[in-house]
Amino acid sequence: MSYFVVTYYALLIGASCLAAFYKKREVFLLLFSLTLVSFVMGIVGGVSALTAVSVGAGLLAFAAGTSYAFREFLIIISPDDIAKELRTAPLTAAFGMFVIFTYAIAGIFAPYIAPFGEAEVISSSFAPPDENMLLGADQLGRDTFSRIIYGARNSVGIALGATILAFTIGALCGLLAATKGGWFDQLMGRVADVIMSVPSLIFALLMLSIFGTNIIVIIIVVALIYSPRVFRLARAVAGNIVVMDYIEAAKLRGEGTWYLIRKEILPNSTAPLIAEFGLEFCFVFLLIAGLSFLGLGIQPPTADWGSMVRENATLISFGDITPLIPAAAIALLTVAVNFVVDWMLHRSSGLKE
Amino acid sequence: MGDIASLVLRRLGLGIVTLLVVSILIFFAVELLPGDIAQAVLGQSATEETVAALRDKMGLDRPAPIRYLEWLGGAVQGDFGVSLVSGDRVSETIIPRFKNTLFLAAYAAVIAVPLSIILGIIVALLRNTIADRVANVLSLTAISSPEFFLGYILILYFSVRTNYFPALASIRDDMSFLELLHRTFLPALTMVLVVTAHMMRMTRAAIINLLASPYIEMARLKGASPWTVIVKHALPNAWAPIINVVALNLAYLVTGVVLVEVVFVYPGIGQLLVDAVSKRDFPIVQACCLIFAATFILLNLAADVGAILTNPRLRHPK
Repeated sequence: MSYFVVTYYALLIGASCLAAFYKKREVFLLLFSLTLVSFVMGIVGGVSALTAVSVGAGLLAFAAGTSYAFREFLIIISPDDIAKELRTAPLTAAFGMFVIFTYAIAGIFAPYIAPFGEAEVISSSFAPPDENMLLGADQLGRDTFSRIIYGARNSVGIALGATILAFTIGALCGLLAATKGGWFDQLMGRVADVIMSVPSLIFALLMLSIFGTNIIVIIIVVALIYSPRVFRLARAVAGNIVVMDYIEAAKLRGEGTWYLIRKEILPNSTAPLIAEFGLEFCFVFLLIAGLSFLGLGIQPPTADWGSMVRENATLISFGDITPLIPAAAIALLTVAVNFVVDWMLHRSSGLKE
Repeated sequence: MGDIASLVLRRLGLGIVTLLVVSILIFFAVELLPGDIAQAVLGQSATEETVAALRDKMGLDRPAPIRYLEWLGGAVQGDFGVSLVSGDRVSETIIPRFKNTLFLAAYAAVIAVPLSIILGIIVALLRNTIADRVANVLSLTAISSPEFFLGYILILYFSVRTNYFPALASIRDDMSFLELLHRTFLPALTMVLVVTAHMMRMTRAAIINLLASPYIEMARLKGASPWTVIVKHALPNAWAPIINVVALNLAYLVTGVVLVEVVFVYPGIGQLLVDAVSKRDFPIVQACCLIFAATFILLNLAADVGAILTNPRLRHPK
């Protein structure tokens, strides 16, 4: 029994007792079941398993602390009405906002943060990390760390562009379909059905094989593939609003369709649309990452997370985890956006489950 | 029963129409190429004669609608024409690979479906506890991760560091079934992780929706045990949403397979499609797209039909 193991169990059991004493039932259950699980894990996996558990718990606590601090920071710097909303945000949502904020900083200030250029060859291929290169070099001898920072700009930027385009097309068509109705509504509905009945990745591959792979094509194709989702939501939301009395009143006043959409329907349907924007971004981001991973998305030498994983995948067979970092960056951003969207959906719909 | 039959028939008819429209989309998308296929395949440097020869070979001089009908007629009989790159028959390349893909998807489904339904029910029963929240965060993470991330993590821990399973899922015909299962375990596990997370969340939502309804409250008030409430009262009504969830996720499996096959170098149809796209081998691309789209549409159709058939209100009309 090393000191580490003794302290580990002492801390866990002590904390469980404290939780039980202060009637924190859930915390107690969590801590005590962790203690029981640790017995088994300690016997099977030895000290290293327990170390892994403590590292995991430490990381979780660190993330929770950061999110808490970031939420307080946001509450202080934002105006009163937003601050009131922010107070209701759970820690997961605060964590999501923190991650998004970090990525935004990395993407916007990439040239100042990254020590080298994204296409700059500075050493031999697959050079190990040293004091110049935090994460070593990739297959052509470019600095992996710099490329990951630039990736935040390229991958996220392109996904954001595609999402905005998809959203504009989808929302505009949806709102128009809801206000106009009739054949336009029917036509758009059928078109959306057809696009959604082909798996998105397959559709994207078909289109890319025809039009070739360049960034403009990718943005347009991906936007077309995902706009039907927005279309359906926008149409459903607007459909509920169009039947309201104030829309009828505006129509009687002689307002045009464009005015109705802009001044009457849009302000009343922002909450679900914003949440949908987040979800949509996740789908688009994952699709583009997948395409890049297949070598059919963003083309070299532009630094991009999906293709970086593919290019350096050979390192994994040597037990090196650096190729996984860009993949983890993709996963982290998607999780973060999902956390924030979860909270917003919860807030806007009053969903209790 | 007349009601159900007509509902199902109408849904099937709609499915066939969708499939036809999608096949038109897949065929005529290629017609959108600037110039034509022959020019695009051979590139700018090709001489006039070679382009003309290829055009002749592919019958491009005839109008597109006629070529579409021929293509569709062949596709229905399993004949997708000839590969532009290798010159082999597309069907000969695709059919064994499609079997491999189906095997992998079925392998993943056999593990994932029971697992996720059981987990979903458990999580629904434990709702609003810490276990539920942990499961929520974990499943969200699994859904949000790209498939290749999960795949490479599994390779790193189960193959490179510990050597339990092979990293490359290369398979041969003469392997025994057990060996096959062992070889393809990691790709199957990757898909299981993603799909289970999806299905678990959807099952949980379906069950929680039901548990909130008054007749469940009634069953509880009359003193039925929690197990009876779930199995006798909730489950019959939950079948429709659960079948829906399962079919939707099987449809997802069929497309998610593309990335997983590439990660594990598995000789399936997804890998073939990706290769064909980068080589611009249009007959193969079209055939793969049609097969994927057809599977996707069929499974969605199965979801709808299943939901209709298990709906007690439709089965026992008043």
